[in-house]
Amino acid sequence: MKYSPKINEVLARSPKVAEVHPLQDVDTAQGALEIMYKLDTFLQEISGMKKFTMQPGGGSSAILAMASIIYAYHESRGEADKRDEIITTIFSHPSDAAAAAVKGYKVITLYQDEDGLPDVEALKKAVSERTAGLLITNPEDTGIFNPKIAEFVDVVHEAGGLCGYDQANANGILGITRANEAGFDLCFFNLHKTFSSPHGCGGPATGALGVTEELITYLPVPIVEFGGDRYYLSYNLLNTIGKVRAFYGVFPAVLRAYSWIMSLGAEGLKEAASVAVLNNNYILEKIKKIRGASAPYAKGRHRIEQVRYSWETLKEETGITTEDVTYRMADFGFHLWSSHHPFIVPEPFTIEPTESYSKDEIDEYLAGLEKIVGEAYEDPDRVKNAPYNSVVHKIDHSTLDDPEKWAITWRAYLKKHKKK
Amino acid sequence: MKKSEKMVHPYIPNSAPKVKAKMLEEIGVKDVDELYEDIPQNLRLKREMDLPQALPSEYALKRHVEKILSKNQTCQDNISFLGGGCWQHYVPAICDEINQRSEFLTAYAGEPYEDHGRFQALFEYESLMAELLDMDVVNVPTYDWCQASSTALRMAARITGRSEVLISDTISRERLLTIRNYCVPVLAVQMVKHCPDTGLVDLDDLRAKMTPDIAGIYFENPSYLGFIEHQGKSISDIVHKNGALSVVGVDPVSLGVIIPPSNYGADIVCGDIQGLGVHMNYGGGQGGFIATRDEERFVMEYPSRLFGITKTSVEGEYGFGDVAYERTSFAVREEGKEFVGTHAALWGITAAVYLSLMGPKGMQELGKTIMQRSQYAMKKLSEIKGVKAPLFDSPHFKEFVVSFKDTRKRVEDINKSLLEQGIFGGKSLSTEFPELGNCALYCVTEVHTKDDIDRLVQALEDCLK
Repeated sequence: MKYSPKINEVLARSPKVAEVHPLQDVDTAQGALEIMYKLDTFLQEISGMKKFTMQPGGGSSAILAMASIIYAYHESRGEADKRDEIITTIFSHPSDAAAAAVKGYKVITLYQDEDGLPDVEALKKAVSERTAGLLITNPEDTGIFNPKIAEFVDVVHEAGGLCGYDQANANGILGITRANEAGFDLCFFNLHKTFSSPHGCGGPATGALGVTEELITYLPVPIVEFGGDRYYLSYNLLNTIGKVRAFYGVFPAVLRAYSWIMSLGAEGLKEAASVAVLNNNYILEKIKKIRGASAPYAKGRHRIEQVRYSWETLKEETGITTEDVTYRMADFGFHLWSSHHPFIVPEPFTIEPTESYSKDEIDEYLAGLEKIVGEAYEDPDRVKNAPYNSVVHKIDHSTLDDPEKWAITWRAYLKKHKKK
Repeated sequence: MKKSEKMVHPYIPNSAPKVKAKMLEEIGVKDVDELYEDIPQNLRLKREMDLPQALPSEYALKRHVEKILSKNQTCQDNISFLGGGCWQHYVPAICDEINQRSEFLTAYAGEPYEDHGRFQALFEYESLMAELLDMDVVNVPTYDWCQASSTALRMAARITGRSEVLISDTISRERLLTIRNYCVPVLAVQMVKHCPDTGLVDLDDLRAKMTPDIAGIYFENPSYLGFIEHQGKSISDIVHKNGALSVVGVDPVSLGVIIPPSNYGADIVCGDIQGLGVHMNYGGGQGGFIATRDEERFVMEYPSRLFGITKTSVEGEYGFGDVAYERTSFAVREEGKEFVGTHAALWGITAAVYLSLMGPKGMQELGKTIMQRSQYAMKKLSEIKGVKAPLFDSPHFKEFVVSFKDTRKRVEDINKSLLEQGIFGGKSLSTEFPELGNCALYCVTEVHTKDDIDRLVQALEDCLK
């Protein structure tokens, strides 16, 4: 989560954005199309891909689009039935596995080795004539950059599969390393994660999807083209997968990303990435010194934009879990995220500062963690019974998993719990 | 990196050299570049990216972006009769006020404890939509109607254990393309014909296609082409008799005057919330809803977050949290139901603000106003020589097909003439529904005054003379 500049919000709220209908004559929407087209060219430069669509409504939608393109590609070669497996890794985003399954793929998940990285030897064993493609995040949620990523791509290419790079979070690598140099066929960026568009409690958002020259005709329609004097929407894509979202995507998010990049420029983007990495490694250094905390894998090495830590020792020594610490952090106005399931790292917690927080804010956050750890060793009940200062007290989760008791709307609540 | 270290940008506080030096010292490295040790040299970009000159001055950035945006014309400066999946409704000022609040706008993936408001506001959204739809379960919004209908059909297939779905062929092309891509290759998609005169689902064709493999039918009411599908009960009865589900797409704006699909047998209801207080945003205002009855076999098939209400450790206090989280891809990856991620939550909160402002009476008044104005528009348009509105012999809500078949001009040319008069004419249907002939889909809402409609009629008369 990074700073969403207020000026970008002012621009996105302009009637020139808000009051424009997507089916207007393209001559009356040249401003919107120009922004979309130019952001496409920026993202091409940032990734090395050859064409982007802004249509997917989020990262998962972009992953679904990647899986769909992989399917359509093999279908056009008469191999769709045969190639029915997608390979991913356990520290890739859950949607890399889940969206592939929506397209009917059998999902093969590679696990980490002792360094926390997916094993290239395991990949070699996993590929076959059934391999449709690879969907992989890098750096993974551990914040460790997979140095063998190009070899992964080669192995899958040799087996006849396509490779999709989940770059939803490219916070640490802008201007440093690109999908193209690693050999990928597809990649996507979350404009709401890497390029500052606000998350809005979970959308609206954009998963900007880019492809190599060879795959442009598979993109969802329409794409924005420039004819020398005017921008237009092209539906003329021979192998198109069709659509993954209405119209052309979330234009306000596209506009905010465009503005963010224009404010920073090439040098600023790289600076944002390197300070995100600086902030992350500063936190890593501090957390390693906190009693009960550890940073599994890649001992003695630095990380990119985030780290998945562990409270395993804290739990062993005090009984305090990640969940307990999370609830206590709320008392100080801090959010601590555990991780996606399954919890491969025991008692996981994941911190990503991005470039946005100042050193003072980071230090304050760390002080919060230190205080709670102190409490855990001296007065564990203090942590166990948190939160105290949050707007709400400890929630009873038992009703949320019980069909007889759950209430997803007020009227359902009245029916189930306030019987008249 | 030397050059980069000089860069101090307000978005990057720790780019200040002194702070940076202190942090590097604490980490124990001399240069930020050392932190990238794991990225092999052959994968490094060895040059600066080729991007336009940066505009770090906020004023310069504003001038630059506004200059580009000034090339857009808006539905505020013109009169627009465009609909077709994105609609111009009035957006009460409070909707923008609430959705600009940073507590909602910039909130990310918080927990109920430090993001209580997000959970409660979306629960309120679910609850308000549930009243409107007369159903007990509504999801946290998905991307849009395209996704909501796609997921509703995948849910129907999982619930029934069947592998084929039927779709009324008056559906929007966009939704059809999305559904097809989302279903292929897992489900087969087959179209059901409509009656050429009324646009209604051809019940004979539906019966003929009702094989034991059919998981459900998807139809829309009001339809994409604007007419009201009054056979909802008969359609639902036919599919239910075959053990399949009735899946209905609905414009929630219509529900103040038209009974909700649940009242004529719908099992899964879906649609778009953009009309409920969200600006058009060049197509960026879409948000999809899915609603069902409160039965475990339905609830467990949602891929979306479902925020529920519960108790806390304090007597009498309400708390909120995820219902049946274990069904989601966040919990069990590819074993979960489809996938969940960042979708359109902020528009859900906005729709909640809108619905709570309008109330049942407001929604009824809105629906009536739209009906009256669209009726007036159809009547006046039909008085123009060679123009027929609506094309289908059925009642309509806010959208309707206007046929220019008996004029000498193509819709595309008519729209060019209208544009010169500051009017955005209806969407040409020539690509989507070529069989309808020279037709356009017009949309009239509460924002259109009698004067606006009269201006359209006058402009058309002039153009078709």
